[in-house]
Amino acid sequence: MTPRIRWQRARLVDSRLETRRARTLVFDVPQWTGHDAGQHVDVKLTGEDGFTAQRSYSIASASTPGRLELTVQAVSGGIVSPYLVDAMQLGDELELRGPIGGWFRWTNELAEPVLLVGGGSGIAPLMAMLRQRLLAGSAAPFRLVYSARTPDHVFYANELHVISQGRRGVDVDLLYTRSGLPGDTRPPGRLVGDDLPLAAPDAEPTRVYVCGPNGFVENAARLLVDRGHQPASIRTERFGSSGG
Amino acid sequence: MSVISRGFGGRGGASDPRVPPGQYVTHDFPVLSAGPTPYVDTDEWSLDLTDVDDSRSALSWTQLMAKPIEEFTVDLHCVTTWTKLGTTWRGVPVSAVLDDLDSEAEFALVHSYGGYTTNLPVEDLLDGKAWIVFEFEGEPLEPVHGGPARLLVPHLYLWKSAKWVNGIELRHDDEPGFWETLGYHEYGDPWLEQRYAGD
Ligand SMILES: Cc1cc2nc3c(=O)[nH]c(=O)nc-3n(C[C@H](O)[C@H](O)[C@H](O)COP(=O)(O)OP(=O)(O)OC[C@H]3O[C@@H](n4cnc5c(N)ncnc54)[C@H](O)[C@@H]3O)c2cc1C
Repeated sequence: MTPRIRWQRARLVDSRLETRRARTLVFDVPQWTGHDAGQHVDVKLTGEDGFTAQRSYSIASASTPGRLELTVQAVSGGIVSPYLVDAMQLGDELELRGPIGGWFRWTNELAEPVLLVGGGSGIAPLMAMLRQRLLAGSAAPFRLVYSARTPDHVFYANELHVISQGRRGVDVDLLYTRSGLPGDTRPPGRLVGDDLPLAAPDAEPTRVYVCGPNGFVENAARLLVDRGHQPASIRTERFGSSGG
Repeated sequence: MSVISRGFGGRGGASDPRVPPGQYVTHDFPVLSAGPTPYVDTDEWSLDLTDVDDSRSALSWTQLMAKPIEEFTVDLHCVTTWTKLGTTWRGVPVSAVLDDLDSEAEFALVHSYGGYTTNLPVEDLLDGKAWIVFEFEGEPLEPVHGGPARLLVPHLYLWKSAKWVNGIELRHDDEPGFWETLGYHEYGDPWLEQRYAGD
């Protein structure tokens, strides 16, 4: 029998705002042994009145024993995400279990080129992959195509800027759906085929990871197939029902 | 262990007996898929049936439509913790597809366009517990939700209800499917919270 994935106690030890409505939460999880980039945890909140709620959140950090980071976008009217973004204070605790997910996953020993396509908060597990790649000193070529509403909606903006300047085989393309920066050559708008690289027919197939709200993932996965990527090489993770 | 999250409050209201433990009610229809959505024409669609003695047969769309069709209303439970109550479907009971085979198989491995598979005991597919559905709330089932046809096994977590179904392989042994080899529970009863292997 496989052992049960146990609930663990996690304490909030640090946090930073990524945007006005999104927060990275750093948890101390003493018994956490690490994870593969792309995996998620199930989070369980219990109120003083006994009310409980469970939701899934991708791990945004690279693997470290005893610690992990989540980045949560507050969904208005939501039960769990507004608590995590607005109300949870340093020292407060919750339960989580994981790591979960064996499919949407990247590990250091994979050498083939990687294309990451993220929309909105769907950047979280892709950031874990980028961070893991840099931490491990992997030489796998990585390209991130990240679609956000405006420059103010970009998570990890400074870190992505530094990574894109580093020329370590990592390319970062930021796209805006509502309004961009002065001088942008691409007009703001939802992801289109030209935003995505064509599959190179003779080269090793690129591993593609797509993550975001369902509408974004549906559109991106379809465009990728149109751009020549094999459906079997496209892995998707869908966060919610609404488009964006 | 009970860890209280300070400042987290409930929304009041009695809990609904139709909602399994750890689930919450959504009015949307979220999507869980491992890859791109396949688009399959009903002209090309077929359901391949393989029995334990390796005998094979196939059902075309027209043949499926000639089977007895049922309309029914059920609750859906996804492992990602949403529950959708009172969904109405039209489809063919799986027993109407399998009964002709008169198979002695105990397990089924269900196959989909796009390569997805999931495993179930055959008894969970029979006796009005599972259908091949093609209409949701009076409309043809959209590709993103598994159209033209998906399996629907509402008493198990929804990943067992293979979208874009195109085959049922009957077996003596229980061969784990796609999510089942990736750490999800082999059976997936939402009332027992069998989400992940070992639960
Ligand atoms: C595998 C997986 C990984 C995830 N990782 C992350 C992550 O890293 N960061 C993150 O912020 N979220 C992530 N999510 C989404 C997260 O699990 C919750 O669905 C989200 O935080 C909303 O929960 P809530 O309790 O605040 O809202 P709920 O109380 O569940 O819903 C309130 C309202 O918002 C709508 N809604 C629910 N979810 C969304 C959504 N995602 N987008 C828009 N509207 C929604 C509902 O339909 C409802 O009307 C992930 C989901 C999955 C399945």
